[in-house]
Amino acid sequence: MLQFLIRRLTGAVMIMFLIGAFTFFLFYTVPQDFAALSCGKNCTPENIAVIRENLGLDKPITTQFWEFMVGIVAGRDFAAGSCPAPCLGQSFASGEFVWDSIMDRFPLTLSLTIGGLVIFLFLGLASGLLAAWKRGTAVDKTVSGASMVLSSFQIYFLGPIVLGLLVYQTGWMENPKYHEFTEDPLAWAVGLLIPWAVMATIFVAQYTRMSRSTMIEQLQEEHVRTARAKGMGRKYVFFRYAWRGSLTPIVTIIGMDLSSLLAGGVVTEFTFDLAGIGRLAVESSVTKDLPLTMGVMMFGAFFILILNIIVDLCYAYIDPRVRLA
Amino acid sequence: MTSPVEAEDAQASTALDEETESKADGKETKGHTGRSPGQLMWARFKRDRTGVVCAWVVIAYFAIALLAPVISWLYGKDPYTLYALEPDYPFLLDDFEMPAGDLGGMSGEFWFGVEPVIGRDVFTMLLYGMRTSLFMAFIITFLSVATGVLIGMVSGFFGGKVDYWLGRTTDFFLAFPSQLFFIAFMPIVIALFVDPADETPTYLRAVAMVLVTWFLGWMGMARLVRSSVLSLREREFVEAAKVSGASRWRIVRKEILPNIVTPILVQGTYMLPSAILSIAFLSFVGVGFVEPTPDWGRMFAIGAQNYEQNPTYMFFPGIALFVFVLAFNLLGDSVRDAFDPKTGR
Repeated sequence: MLQFLIRRLTGAVMIMFLIGAFTFFLFYTVPQDFAALSCGKNCTPENIAVIRENLGLDKPITTQFWEFMVGIVAGRDFAAGSCPAPCLGQSFASGEFVWDSIMDRFPLTLSLTIGGLVIFLFLGLASGLLAAWKRGTAVDKTVSGASMVLSSFQIYFLGPIVLGLLVYQTGWMENPKYHEFTEDPLAWAVGLLIPWAVMATIFVAQYTRMSRSTMIEQLQEEHVRTARAKGMGRKYVFFRYAWRGSLTPIVTIIGMDLSSLLAGGVVTEFTFDLAGIGRLAVESSVTKDLPLTMGVMMFGAFFILILNIIVDLCYAYIDPRVRLA
Repeated sequence: MTSPVEAEDAQASTALDEETESKADGKETKGHTGRSPGQLMWARFKRDRTGVVCAWVVIAYFAIALLAPVISWLYGKDPYTLYALEPDYPFLLDDFEMPAGDLGGMSGEFWFGVEPVIGRDVFTMLLYGMRTSLFMAFIITFLSVATGVLIGMVSGFFGGKVDYWLGRTTDFFLAFPSQLFFIAFMPIVIALFVDPADETPTYLRAVAMVLVTWFLGWMGMARLVRSSVLSLREREFVEAAKVSGASRWRIVRKEILPNIVTPILVQGTYMLPSAILSIAFLSFVGVGFVEPTPDWGRMFAIGAQNYEQNPTYMFFPGIALFVFVLAFNLLGDSVRDAFDPKTGR
């Protein structure tokens, strides 16, 4: 277990390093003076020189990259003050530390993705199970058909429709708004209910189909048939035997989907005009704020990698044959 | 063409070998009792009513996109003119800059209504937007499929160190948060080509979007092709070809490639709509196409801004995209079922 964690974390660190390096050097191929960008109006050459020195842009690229990487582990000092350990540098545009800007925005994205994930997993697996249980009946066909139709909607199309119905027309709900979970859990949940529901609608179909087809496969396994033949109840066999077996492929798909989960979170953010990581990425890329863009990219990758490790840990829990060593 | 299927009993092995043949091969076998896998697939596909309907819908979309200039010429409008400013149409927008009249200003003159605030024609915007989306998606899908097939073939066929490193590279790109990457790198890629002080021409934006989405679009295909090639490489007919002295290139081209066409085709069918969605997403968040290029993603952005006052506008790109994605997904399923009836649902 510990060995597994260490190995996976080392791999994650390597990937993060590579993503950082890739982003960094790609940025520097752009013929652009970042110092001039952060200088604003009324810029004199002397000002630019001072800024360049403050941002460390006068040093060679490799040195800058090295300082950036060391900063993540050990923190570093800027003219504006010292930046504590996971230091992703200082924004060119606002002068804020990148880590702080990300931490400002991240709770929203995290709430969106995790909340959406919980809802669509629950609904998707439940409706898939229902369809498999009632295989071949009208219920099965309705569930399968509806999931196909729903999955062809887009978040940015469905979102405004739902808003229009529930907020503008009837006034049953407020416009989606983010509240800190720690301050007011109820307001947090109510404020994000519409985004969660819309996001879940898009994703739920895939899981319905997945869980239905793996369940049908599992129900044809020999141990399931044997269990039925020796007189165990249908319900018991369905949940204790077949469902257990179908969890592994489902978890695999979840692991592969994490990147699109984050993507879904980003789209949802834009649709409902919430300020999360995605908007931060757009802001940073439009102003060509290198440290901020890099920070967001690396943080996004980190998020996906960590969730992936958690998913792999779940494997061992679900399927005792999987060893983590 | 040496094909394992024709060598063995054609009927029995089609289910095992997902095999496609050109029509020409089908004709060669005429007169025999067996039909070529291509013919079998076609026969199965024709029986699938959903699949056929979806195929027609998809064809219609492509035809409309191709004929957009002709249609808008017949219709007499274009997606760029600000009709609200034209003297011919004095009362197109009301005092709040929203389309006058019900349902977003739909009328005999403007079939799908007019755009809020600046008063362009929605119908032609939709047509030209479809053109943009399909054209871009087609290029991206083609490039991603080609790259994925190439990398997958190389790593599956050569194995060993090549396979290991290509596999690690694929994993590395899979770890990228793709949507964030698209957003973050659009301006960078554009800045590579054009001085930020100058105005970016539209074609350069298109090229940048293709590059960015292509860059993170090939990994799934590479994995799929690699695993198919790995299992095919050890099969008897490949060994037979090797023994009979076929060159590597010939084995790849004549033995392996025909046998992986089906999974590639099916995967490609699923990739096209997702490419359309990526492009629409970029324009929606404002780093893709800009004014005045007609594009569905931009229409969604405009629609979302004015949704409260003018909900009709949003429905045109929304429903158009919805129908297209639905038809394409169903078509993908039908094609897969036709090729490989074993994976029944």
